[in-house]
Amino acid sequence: MTRQMTGAQIVIKALKDQGVDTVFGYPGGAVLPIYDEIFQQNGIRHILVRHEQGATHAAEGYARSTGKPGVVLVTSGPGATNAVTGMTDALMDSIPMVVLSGQVPTFMIGTDGFQEADTVGITRPCSKHNWLVKDTNKLAQTIHQAFHVATSGRPGPVLVDIPKDVQFATGTYVGPNKAEISHYQPQLKGNIDEITALVEAIETAERPVFYTGGGVINSGTGACQLLREFVAGTGFPITSTLMGLGAYPASGEQWLGMLGMHGTYEANLAMHDCDLMINVGARFDDRITGRIDGFSPKSTKVHIDIDASSINKVIHVDIPILGDVGHVLEDALRLWKSRGRKTNTASVTKWWAKINEWRGINCLAFTNSTTTIKPQHALQRLEALTSETERYITTEVGQHQMWAAQYLGFEDPHRFMTSGGLGTMGYGLPASIGVQVAHPDALVVNIAGDASFLMNMQEMGTAVQFNLPVKQFILNNERLGMVRQWQQLLHGERYSHSWSESLPDFVKLAEAFGAKGIRCDDPKNLDDAINEMLQYDGPVIFDCLVEKHENCFPMIPSGKSHNEMLLGDEPVTDAISGDGAVLV
Amino acid sequence: MNALSLKKDASRKSAYDLHSPLGTTIETHTLAIVVDNEAGVLARVIGLFAGRGYNIESLTVAEVDHHGHLSRITIVTTGTPSVIVQIKAQLARIVPVHEVHDLTVEGPSVERELAMLKVSGTGEKRVEAMRLAGIFRASVVDTTLESFVFEITGAPNKIDAFVDLMRPLGLSEIARTGVAAMLRGI
Repeated sequence: MTRQMTGAQIVIKALKDQGVDTVFGYPGGAVLPIYDEIFQQNGIRHILVRHEQGATHAAEGYARSTGKPGVVLVTSGPGATNAVTGMTDALMDSIPMVVLSGQVPTFMIGTDGFQEADTVGITRPCSKHNWLVKDTNKLAQTIHQAFHVATSGRPGPVLVDIPKDVQFATGTYVGPNKAEISHYQPQLKGNIDEITALVEAIETAERPVFYTGGGVINSGTGACQLLREFVAGTGFPITSTLMGLGAYPASGEQWLGMLGMHGTYEANLAMHDCDLMINVGARFDDRITGRIDGFSPKSTKVHIDIDASSINKVIHVDIPILGDVGHVLEDALRLWKSRGRKTNTASVTKWWAKINEWRGINCLAFTNSTTTIKPQHALQRLEALTSETERYITTEVGQHQMWAAQYLGFEDPHRFMTSGGLGTMGYGLPASIGVQVAHPDALVVNIAGDASFLMNMQEMGTAVQFNLPVKQFILNNERLGMVRQWQQLLHGERYSHSWSESLPDFVKLAEAFGAKGIRCDDPKNLDDAINEMLQYDGPVIFDCLVEKHENCFPMIPSGKSHNEMLLGDEPVTDAISGDGAVLV
Repeated sequence: MNALSLKKDASRKSAYDLHSPLGTTIETHTLAIVVDNEAGVLARVIGLFAGRGYNIESLTVAEVDHHGHLSRITIVTTGTPSVIVQIKAQLARIVPVHEVHDLTVEGPSVERELAMLKVSGTGEKRVEAMRLAGIFRASVVDTTLESFVFEITGAPNKIDAFVDLMRPLGLSEIARTGVAAMLRGI
């Protein structure tokens, strides 16, 4: 069915036909025709944010917690440039996102018009693809193509830039089924020879480990189910990156905890000493590998990834499998079963004995206090009081983020939303809003630091306006904790600009926004205060005053290998030295 | 691009690589990239090279299929074998890129470039320039009493040789198209 309508009507119709129910946005001159159409319909809910960066992170939270693309609508110029950080974040973490931006009318492009920016130029390196639509007749086709690109293969952000005259002009609408088929069709099925090589390696491995990442979650709940079946069937240990938490349940017996710079002792040593590493949808990020030439020196490495450019980028792998995680796991599992479900049981049992020795170190132990709230303790209590509820967690970036990954357990995929690759402070609050919009009845908690929270705190206004009962759990140490930790480790305890003076009173801040504020500084009152937060039907800022100089352990200092971890009870001053100092 | 072509070697490009890449051989490869002829496609390709620190020795681009809106970009690039593999994988995932061919690997291929050289002078030098142009089968596309513009087509090293010979004879300006390349045989 094709019919004539204005560009603005085409935008709304195309979004509806793509199954979009929510748009995060902020109006401005160059998108007024689209906002006029939003006003005249009920099918799509528009969430008015307070800053366009908030819209992009909210869309990420929505996408990450549902598996559906997040949709953002911003105006030209500053509207679009404010979206850049969130788009870059989504690109690094492979989050599907469609950004629609207004643009000055086509006849004004290039004249430095009011609120004109070269949006497709600016967003080219931070999007999977982008389009400037100069003809209303091509608008529907382009939007459908945008959704296809954002969600196919390795997901990511895309942007469609729509000049204002194109929004006003009349053109022909085409539906998603009538739209031209894109040549962009990433390969889903893995090569069967490589999959056979993987199965053969599984059958003989003496010290295997599964190392999984965000690709499993992006591949869908079916892929997570297949992974769980494979792990259970083989009896192999499993660890995951920050982005992959929840694909395998944290309560599972074979779960080693997160790996990497602040990963567990057992996970990192298992990676270092293994003879078979099965990387499922992770990308050998530098937070994971540590020193490259000391990375898992004795292992045969398998890498399942849908993005060919991720394979052999930083780590040479022996068995590369290009394809979708779900498809490859399905084929591998079927083949492994048909060949008799073989593993090298005797050796794997010995391997587990070794791993259990490492587990005995209890690397996440910390010295608790009866007078000061330790941040780890606060998260343990939050975990204890919420783990039975329908719960979604977002985080900001820093020490609190790592503690959240260490001390909270994620039983299912799509439950942990965090800025992994880009490390964007200010991500968590707007992301929690996006999650709550998608899951109105669930508990959504943003684990925050005082400094990160301030970066996008204006979004409290959004939470209050739309009755989104997000809980902002601030581990307030009045410091930029992770920066402070690195200055202690690397810069002779010279704490250059890593503390905050004149922090706001977070309780009054909450009240100023029309939310509830709770403060707690005594471990004895912590449970009651957390329960008060959980029971309040509305947004809460929880100001949890914690130990100011707590460090995040275990830690692999930069420039070191997995087997050179720092644990909590070791001296740390100047722990990073020499070659490692130049690394981030 | 299939997975097999990515199997060759590991890159050492990482923030955590503390060792100089020196000692790894630098190779020159000629890539032919078929792309949708749409706005910004060349910026995407060049931006990839600039953003990730890859080299471009030469680049040519022109539409080759007007009806299908396809352009062909020929890039001569250099890098270690693992960087070359990474360049191809990165190119292949750009949405408007249809095909990436490494003519150096898939070869043998023929490479041709066109150049124009302006040589100014009189007397002996002018005669010598004309004589050498004949040897190189360069043709004269413009002349005044004190200058020639030569047009020469050939492999890049042939053009290099001609340029070197013209330099002492009054070479004042050069324009080169960059390499166009194609596989030999069917």
